[in-house]
Amino acid sequence: MAETPQKAPAGEAREKVPMMQQVLDNPFLLLFLGVTVPAVLYLIWGIMEVASVPVGQ
Amino acid sequence: MASIDATAAGSGVVNAPYRMCRFTGLKVDQAAETLIKVHAVTAVIFLALGGLMGLGVALTRWPAVQILPPEWFYLVLTGHGANVLLFWIIFFEMAVLFFASAILLGSRLAAPKVAWLGYILMLVGALMANYAVLRGDSTVMFTSYVPMQASHWFYLSLIVFAVGALISVMVFFATLVVAKNENTYDGSVPLVTFGAITAAIIAVFTLASGAIILIPTWLWSLGLITEIDSLMYKVVWWGMGHSSQQINVSAHVAIWYAIAAMVLGAKPLSEKVSRMAFLMYILFLQLASAHHLLAEPGMSASWKIVNTSYMMYLAVLGSMIHGLTVPGAIEAAQRRNGFTRGAFEWLTKAPWGNPAFSGMFLSLVMFGFIGGISGVILGTEQLNVLMHNTLYVPGHFHGTVVAGTTLAFMAMTWLVVPLIFRRDIIWPTLAKWQPYLFGIGAGGISLFMMGAGTLGVPRRHWDISLADAAHRAVEFPAAAYLMMGLNGLFAILAALGGLVFIVTVVASILAGPKLDGPDAKMVFPLHDASRQVSEYGSEGTLKLPGTIILVGIFFAAFVLYYFVNWKYLSELWLFN
Ligand code: HEM
Ligand SMILES: [Cu+2]
Repeated sequence: MAETPQKAPAGEAREKVPMMQQVLDNPFLLLFLGVTVPAVLYLIWGIMEVASVPVGQ
Repeated sequence: MASIDATAAGSGVVNAPYRMCRFTGLKVDQAAETLIKVHAVTAVIFLALGGLMGLGVALTRWPAVQILPPEWFYLVLTGHGANVLLFWIIFFEMAVLFFASAILLGSRLAAPKVAWLGYILMLVGALMANYAVLRGDSTVMFTSYVPMQASHWFYLSLIVFAVGALISVMVFFATLVVAKNENTYDGSVPLVTFGAITAAIIAVFTLASGAIILIPTWLWSLGLITEIDSLMYKVVWWGMGHSSQQINVSAHVAIWYAIAAMVLGAKPLSEKVSRMAFLMYILFLQLASAHHLLAEPGMSASWKIVNTSYMMYLAVLGSMIHGLTVPGAIEAAQRRNGFTRGAFEWLTKAPWGNPAFSGMFLSLVMFGFIGGISGVILGTEQLNVLMHNTLYVPGHFHGTVVAGTTLAFMAMTWLVVPLIFRRDIIWPTLAKWQPYLFGIGAGGISLFMMGAGTLGVPRRHWDISLADAAHRAVEFPAAAYLMMGLNGLFAILAALGGLVFIVTVVASILAGPKLDGPDAKMVFPLHDASRQVSEYGSEGTLKLPGTIILVGIFFAAFVLYYFVNWKYLSELWLFN
């Protein structure tokens, strides 16, 4: 990700890769986010709600 | 590019045999190619089986025909859901992952043997599931809600299938690493690969949720666990059931971009914007799983609203962006190709006779207008009560997974046959009509099921006339019967389109004209710049009058339909 490009295309020097592009270029960071966000907001929160439903007598 | 077969003189890493594709200039890893073939063929076989079952279901729900007896109806409905939504779609998706990693990145596949293991597990799982369902003791339908219990073979089959799929997803991620380390590409991956990464990430969450719920359920079916809480089951099951639909969306959006690139030489309007739209999917799409639980009293309003309103709208925004940028990219490419007259020459002069293009464009339009709009309606907590558990729900998702995903995968297959199997389409005329037959059929069943659902017809019901019920509590209007009949007719059309697809694809693979000669030409040609599909780069224009008009029509339809449903809802309140 952080590695600098080997060769600049003819004519123009390549700029530094923008932050957001570095994020998007890192599939494992995306994998982490894509699993954690739903795991916390949907699954864990959801399971806590189910667990807190009082048990009928 | 002259040599057809070559062996990679890799940089001392691993040598893998590959060939150069004469049509696209892409480097094709042989192991990946074989795996793509096998997954695609397997997918098509399950589509044939599941499609036939779908026709059986639709003809049963046509009151004048009612072809299956009740016990068979629910059994066949269960088999239909599993064969098409799990096996057809996911086998095909694995082929998409191998294509988007090894082939688009010009890399070797990371671990072909492991990928084969994944395939075998998936196949064993799929066959075992059919065995369990056809035995007759696993008629639990797609959602398999507890405390309804299937045979333990059923749950085990799904676990085995999911483990296999997870293994193949891991091979995909490993291939990304290999390609990066062996420098097979420069800079960022192409957008189509990025879409596949999105699909793969969602697949990991999907399969993890599946494992969390199916393993205890399997133990329960074996008698090792005494009880599974039904609400707990629903919450975790939908983490799998809904998210797996989002694998489909990501995969078919990636395919839209791929076909636009290969057939028209299209480039994304903006790599940045399209990638941000995929990022919205990664972060938010899976949360919408909660829309399946909007009617559950055990879940709090905050949980429902955070997951289905705030977050889901961000994901819907992602789809809206693709809905603008895919036709936009097509318009921009066509204008470059010389079709510049008026607002719509780019569209009227598009290759409508090429089934890859027509299938892709029909998929795009129907996914947006039918599947997309109805999905937002169903996902709105207040409106959901109007249609909850009616036929509107299958109507909606046939708009997404049949008219959308399935049609897009079929369109892609018309390219896979010549490019991967290297056999040309044997009956071009049939192929040309196939997307229209299937597309109109699929659009029809979606709309008529939605229509019947709006009139209150329940889903998963053998007989809406309730002929042998003791008390006929409801009487459906004649219009509902009409809808069910029309649904049956369009189901026949869709089944015909499916049959033409399967027969033509199989015949082409077995006996189509060979395309490996030096001057062979494809009957449905690619664009000269088809290689675009493997490159990074934006079109960078927004001078797209046609697309702007189309998007305007879409928004108008969306807003109108949304408010019509609020109007319906307000009528139920009967204040006077
Ligand atoms: C020839 C094409 C098809 C026809 C005629 C068809 C028709 C139907 C009908 C009539 C139902 C039953 C609705 C009900 O009674 O509740 C149904 C259910 C379903 N269909 Fe299809 N379908 C077709 C293709 C597909 C495809 C390609 C997919 C997936 C990619 C799919 C996924 C499903 C699912 C998941 C269900 C729900 C099963 C359940 O409720 O357990 N269908 N289909
Ligand atoms: Cu859903």
